[in-house]
Amino acid sequence: MSAAAGIDSETAPAGAAPGIGRRLARNGAVRFGGAVLLVLLVLALAAPWLGTVDPTLFDPASRDLLPGRVGEVMTLDGNVLQHTFWMGSDGYGRDLYSRVLYGARVSLLVGATVALLALAFGTLAGLLAGYFRWLDGVLMRVMDGLMAVPNILLAVALVAMWKASLWTVIAAITVPEIPRVTRLVRSLVLGIREEPYVEAAVSVGTSRFAILTRHILPNCIAPLVVQGTYVCASAMLVEAILSFLGVGLPTDIPTWGNMMAEGRLEFTQYPQNVFFPGVFLALTVFAVNILGDGLRDTLDPRFGKRGER
Amino acid sequence: MSGASAAVMADDAPVLDVRGLAVRLPPGAERAHAVREVSFAVRKGELVCLLGESGSGKSVIAQSVMGLLPRGLPAVAGEVRLEGENLLAARPERLRRLRGTRMSMVFQEPATALNPVMRCGAQIDELLACHTALPAAERRRRILEVLAQVRLPDPARMLASYPHQLSGGQRQRIMIAMALILEPALLVADEPTTALDVTTQAEILALIRLLQRDHGTAVLYITHDFGVAAEIADRVAVLRQGELIEQGSAEEVLSRPRHAYTRMLLAAVPSLVPPERAPLATREEVLSAHGLGKTYAGGTFLARGKEVVAARDIELSVHRGETVGIVGESGSGKSTVARCVARLIEASAGRLALDGASVPLAGSVAREFRRRVQIVFQDPYRSLNPRRTVGAAIVEGPMNFGVPRAKARLRAQALMGLVRLSPGALERYPHEFSGGQRQRLCIARALALEPHLLIADEAVSALDVSVQAQILELLADIQRRLRLALLFITHDLRVAAQICDRVVVMQHGRIVEQGPVGAIFRAPRHPYTRALLAAAPGRRFDFALPRPPPA
Amino acid sequence: MRAFVLRRLLATIPVLLVVAVLVFLVTRLTPGDPAAIIAGNSANFEQIAHIRAALGLDRPLAVQFGSWLWDVLHGDLGRSFYFKLTVAQLIGQRLGPTVALSLCTIVVSVLLAVPLGVLAAWRHGGWLDRALMGFSVLGFSVPVFVLGYVLIYVVALKLRWLPVQGYVPLADGLVPFVRHLILPSVTLSVTYIALIARVTRATVAEALGEDYVRTARAKGLPEARVLIRHALANAAVPIVTVIGIGIALLVGGVVVTESVFSIPGLGRLTVDAVLARDFPTIQGVILCFSVIYVLINLLVDLSYALFDPRIRY
Repeated sequence: MSAAAGIDSETAPAGAAPGIGRRLARNGAVRFGGAVLLVLLVLALAAPWLGTVDPTLFDPASRDLLPGRVGEVMTLDGNVLQHTFWMGSDGYGRDLYSRVLYGARVSLLVGATVALLALAFGTLAGLLAGYFRWLDGVLMRVMDGLMAVPNILLAVALVAMWKASLWTVIAAITVPEIPRVTRLVRSLVLGIREEPYVEAAVSVGTSRFAILTRHILPNCIAPLVVQGTYVCASAMLVEAILSFLGVGLPTDIPTWGNMMAEGRLEFTQYPQNVFFPGVFLALTVFAVNILGDGLRDTLDPRFGKRGER
Repeated sequence: MSGASAAVMADDAPVLDVRGLAVRLPPGAERAHAVREVSFAVRKGELVCLLGESGSGKSVIAQSVMGLLPRGLPAVAGEVRLEGENLLAARPERLRRLRGTRMSMVFQEPATALNPVMRCGAQIDELLACHTALPAAERRRRILEVLAQVRLPDPARMLASYPHQLSGGQRQRIMIAMALILEPALLVADEPTTALDVTTQAEILALIRLLQRDHGTAVLYITHDFGVAAEIADRVAVLRQGELIEQGSAEEVLSRPRHAYTRMLLAAVPSLVPPERAPLATREEVLSAHGLGKTYAGGTFLARGKEVVAARDIELSVHRGETVGIVGESGSGKSTVARCVARLIEASAGRLALDGASVPLAGSVAREFRRRVQIVFQDPYRSLNPRRTVGAAIVEGPMNFGVPRAKARLRAQALMGLVRLSPGALERYPHEFSGGQRQRLCIARALALEPHLLIADEAVSALDVSVQAQILELLADIQRRLRLALLFITHDLRVAAQICDRVVVMQHGRIVEQGPVGAIFRAPRHPYTRALLAAAPGRRFDFALPRPPPA
Repeated sequence: MRAFVLRRLLATIPVLLVVAVLVFLVTRLTPGDPAAIIAGNSANFEQIAHIRAALGLDRPLAVQFGSWLWDVLHGDLGRSFYFKLTVAQLIGQRLGPTVALSLCTIVVSVLLAVPLGVLAAWRHGGWLDRALMGFSVLGFSVPVFVLGYVLIYVVALKLRWLPVQGYVPLADGLVPFVRHLILPSVTLSVTYIALIARVTRATVAEALGEDYVRTARAKGLPEARVLIRHALANAAVPIVTVIGIGIALLVGGVVVTESVFSIPGLGRLTVDAVLARDFPTIQGVILCFSVIYVLINLLVDLSYALFDPRIRY
């Protein structure tokens, strides 16, 4: 019977999975999506310095200019400026380029906020439902009911009921997104609970709360981040649709959805009102979705879990 | 239908002739090649065993022969000749026509190897339909015939069944039927019995030998189990890290191994003959269970299912310094008993006492109980939280009981030494360790609370035989030093023979026999125990004291 | 098997109940007094009180819910404030175009998306796979109405192949019916196809990595058979699930598409009702859509028994 020889000094087997940061950086989808989003973020934040004017300014003399034309803009104190309308102007004479850039702020803000709120509430609900069996039944029935109402309709109804403002719109978009996150977290929790390392934690006397925070939650983070990006993309689209239907943000805030809603009336003659915000919105949502795909491919928990074979 | 073979085959030319096979691994893997310079042959009617531990490349060889290598693993050198034809040079369409007709394969996991949404009969039928021009009635006749050949009861019912309605053994027989129905020249079997119970395994092994003799099929049998090789192989080839270390007739390799690696592996296989055990110094009872039972109420709302009695009338006792083994096949209830004792699940009946004090079966678990009873699980890859350092895992227990962090760390370092790992490795993450090392970490974690009773639930079942030997020795050493009571759950009789003082044999949730290990192994009384021992592969072969198998 | 069907049927009841509560609450959560809103700006206190009593808005909330639910179960969805019809009549009028549009979209989408997904999974990692999946993410990302307007601009206005908007019932002729449905269907389909193709690809690719596919290949079966009879057959359950869940997306798209193409369906009705704060109609439409959605998902659940024998036996 051979004896195990001495101290086993070899610890890291060859081919250990590389660090997560490097894996993320290598993934093409993450790079592309991340880059586009970064550019948009910079554009949105730097809007005041990128050759824009106040997006609410309008000048009837500059109505419906085609892209690239030069026209007049009347500032709040009555001065008249010459301004190049890179993307043309809308029916009121407002500069589309400025509105598109400032509108980026709103869309990104709405997307990110909805994602964070939906993740927060959904994770809490999912943890409770997954870990406490007596809560599971009730909570999931409520979530099923919420999901049964198509999310646009629910958002539309909620906004129609409350006064339309930035926060009510955000809340109205967040509520229908919560059930999906809850389901995800619940199924994650149910799966992780069965893992031997959780049983081991139970057997060394770890409290329920510590198990939730120390063992279960950290292993949920990766799928949650991925889901968060999808929620963000969906939220941006829903906001645009709400504006399009006339139940979105108040019209004094420039949003891509608002712009397209107002522009639909003159669409056949002056398509730029719908085209430019539409392209930007599509590009942003596309970038977020691609980023989500890339994150999912790199952060998939199955990767790197089995070190051998 | 076999296509015309280019080469003319001499009568004693091998059916499968592998020469200098090399398969490359993708960059970044632990070595450049999965297999290198592999050459061996399988003749008509011969059964060749490819023996090796995990990572030795034996499955890769099987896949190369069948032309089923995944895209990242190209075969870069050598020849694989099936009946004279080089498969590595064949076009994909030619390979497809050869598969199922001239060469076929049986895989390891019967649970997942069959299409769950297709009836078994249909799965065999499509094989015939794709490769032959037989009419439906004739195909059905052939299928029923082959199902009878593999000793399946009620072939017509088997035809119409779905895989999930059958047992593991039955599914594997269907796989074998599918593999042999077109009478191929070569059968490649990749660990076909590893996932089966020992009694089922014995039946399947016997079946394979029988069919092989009837059909004259050449069989390439992949396994890691020396007992299986001793049981059925004509010739044996030993692989290590992708290289063929040694090959020869079974008798030569298994009783007169030439290479040091082969000798090391053989020495690591536990013997079925239990060594002499010193009698216990004291009779301090740590664990006692009377009438323990666990019944699962079946069914859900609206569907009344039957209740499942997982365990019943369990009488168990473990003393300080003693190792008691619970032996049984799957479904015997041994794991259920272990988890009831560890209070990870709640027993439905009986009494439990720890260190003489009675322990409630249900309700919240006393913290003192948790401290004194610890458990090591089967799967080393899922027993450690991948997102925490191993040091954090080991100190978690003591810190739960109020031990200050610094002191807990010191204890962790001492334990690392005890399990023969470097104390500096506490900062690493689980994925940086091998399976055997992870299992040692789990043992260290369990010992951190200074338990009185350690339960090992199939703790070595997922490990290679050489690593298994190290862990078993480690456990024995720790038990001696700390005078632990050890409850060892296993399905492997050899392991039980090696380390247990007393053995409890379970079947269908009940204890059928228990007693000192020597008595159980040398003079088993219950028919089930006798059947278990008779089914252990290679039992006539005692690897520690090599003797040639009887002719 | 019967137990399975029964269980599924009974499981929908609590969900429908939650939906009913939600729909009821949503309109009752309005800030301000619904009676005052209905009465209008020029009404005096007595008139408002009269309306409140007439609509039963002075009773406790639970009682109001009870009587509302009772009415609903008898088919009485109330009377629209804005249109001069009962809600049930309204819905009846507008159901046809929506059903036509939705059915057309679903059928076309599934027929296109599933083969595309299977193809992408088969050529996993190749250029075809990447191209298909890139397009599907794009399809997923473009807002429905933008796509609608672009199509109108290009196909209807510039090329003049198809009418710009409107709806022609089937009874008035097959050809005009189809011609008017093509652009709206295409607009709506893009998102749905993107979703289904993605999930099909993911599940089929996963199935292709399973052991039973390895067995099928080891048997020398032709690749087409392996793909369809083995991989796709096992991916059927998640794919059908997504088709059901995607209907929720579809509803949102229907609302928008009917707006863009001026189709007199339930979606347009929703928008008009919301803008006019016509509570009974809003309630009725949301209830209608939700119930349909729950029923469709029930059908999906029941279809699992068809695809997966482990559920049957």
